[in-house]
Amino acid sequence: MDIFLQQIINGLTLGAVYAIVALGYTMVYGIIQLINFAHGEVVMIGAMTALTVIAGLAGSGVPPLVIVLAGVLAAVPVCMAVGYGLERVAYRPLRHAPRLSPLITAIGMSIVLQHVAMMVWSRNFLAFPQIFPNPVFFVGGAAITGVQITIIVLSLLIMGALTAVVFRTRLGTAMRATAENPEVARLMGIDCDRVIALTFIIGAGLAAVAGVMVGSYYGIAHYTMGFVLGLKAFSAAVLGGIGNIAGAMLGGFLLGLVEALGAGYIGDLTNLCHLPWQPDLVAARCAADGHLVLFGSNYQDVFAFLVLIGVLMFRPEGLLGERVGQRA
Amino acid sequence: MSMLQVQGLKVAYGGIQAVKGIDFEVAAGEVVCLIGANGAGKSTTLKALARMVPAQGSVRYDGHDILHLPPHALVGRGLALVPEGRGVFGRLTVAENLRMGAYTRRDTPEIARDLESVFELLPRLRERQRQTAGTLSGGEQQMLAIGRALMGRPRLLLLDEPSMGLAPIMVQKVFEVIRSVSQQGMTILLVEQNARLALAIASRGYVMESGTITLTDAAATLLDDPRVREAYLGGE
Repeated sequence: MDIFLQQIINGLTLGAVYAIVALGYTMVYGIIQLINFAHGEVVMIGAMTALTVIAGLAGSGVPPLVIVLAGVLAAVPVCMAVGYGLERVAYRPLRHAPRLSPLITAIGMSIVLQHVAMMVWSRNFLAFPQIFPNPVFFVGGAAITGVQITIIVLSLLIMGALTAVVFRTRLGTAMRATAENPEVARLMGIDCDRVIALTFIIGAGLAAVAGVMVGSYYGIAHYTMGFVLGLKAFSAAVLGGIGNIAGAMLGGFLLGLVEALGAGYIGDLTNLCHLPWQPDLVAARCAADGHLVLFGSNYQDVFAFLVLIGVLMFRPEGLLGERVGQRA
Repeated sequence: MSMLQVQGLKVAYGGIQAVKGIDFEVAAGEVVCLIGANGAGKSTTLKALARMVPAQGSVRYDGHDILHLPPHALVGRGLALVPEGRGVFGRLTVAENLRMGAYTRRDTPEIARDLESVFELLPRLRERQRQTAGTLSGGEQQMLAIGRALMGRPRLLLLDEPSMGLAPIMVQKVFEVIRSVSQQGMTILLVEQNARLALAIASRGYVMESGTITLTDAAATLLDDPRVREAYLGGE
């Protein structure tokens, strides 16, 4: 089996999900300079809602494709309502407050949503029902599953559609105008509060889809699943240049690839038995087990944050971001 | 009846009374200018009319009090402000900026016709319509800001310091544009530090000094007024 190609496939799948989630971070940041730390929880609520609907319909004789569609169609409006609710209840009242206030509120909302989800869906790991056969295809010595293909293709379609909305429609132009100068945007007759709310709603809709993707990819859902996923997607948005839509897409895929390749190779690279010279203790263990690995693939999560730290140190504006002054 | 009638307008900014209860009016078809030194409260007055800053008093436009309206409701009623410092959307293209000017309108064929007449008035914008507005020169940005306001089909155009930061040649061009817009029948309220230019184009003028209106007359009379000449026209 070709490990490199395999990890590229896994990385693209993961990256597609990160990109979709990162778009939600970056759009909201672009328009009101808020890092919506509760965005990961919206992804989780999307996964949970879809899981509930899919589990409820599984085995009812409804065709599997219809069941999955029903799950997505339930998750999207629920998440949109949550996203709108967040904006309306938590962030809009703080629009003119110092920037730290909405940021802390966002962290608070993240905790609130997690615990509401815990009360609704319990603290157990919930299994995504396998209602579809998940076909496996082999390309060049690597395996790609139907779910992976679906995730990658669907996310590319979504990204294309979103780009078209933002850069080709009246609403998208109003969004970009509001992001740049809300005062003047109002002079044009743009109701900025409405545009901001719509930005949250669109981001939450994307998060819902990402939630279904990640749930069906890993096969499980849990009320804390949005937290680390959200942080990684945020890292992806920063990597691409926060506020930049193309940047979020690029950052998502890059981060997915870094993570997958890192997880795939870290075991080999930190296998002390490959050292040309080994202390007696190591040599003894190698002789016994054949390997002595310092860091295994359970260190996968570290890579996203190493990337985040690296970007913040060496290129804080991100890959596609513009150099801006300090705006804390 | 006046198109715009302002009575007892007061604006306070963080404890400072920037506008201290002023009265003025603009009749349909007129070009009226508000002149005065830096910090006299001219721009604040325009911002209050456009609802960008909270204000007290009575502002009647077309007979309706507009001081309780949200700022984004004004364009639809035919009141457009070209803000100080132009305020073009630098990352949007010239064409997108112009289309944002018509944001509240739904009459697509009419919008296309108005776009054409803006391009006729401001041919540079046609050449540069696909460029982002941030790449334009200051003068071109001012033209764009005016063109964008016209795209909303205003009946009253508020211009805030259109000459600010422009090279003298560009100032001339911008004022030619303002003149031709007014000749097409537009009602204009112009705030300008360059009193000579403003009075040359206006029919009437108000002189503002530390938040109050100290003088008002026909523009030609103000141009000859020794107090105005002394204070705002370099004492010639």
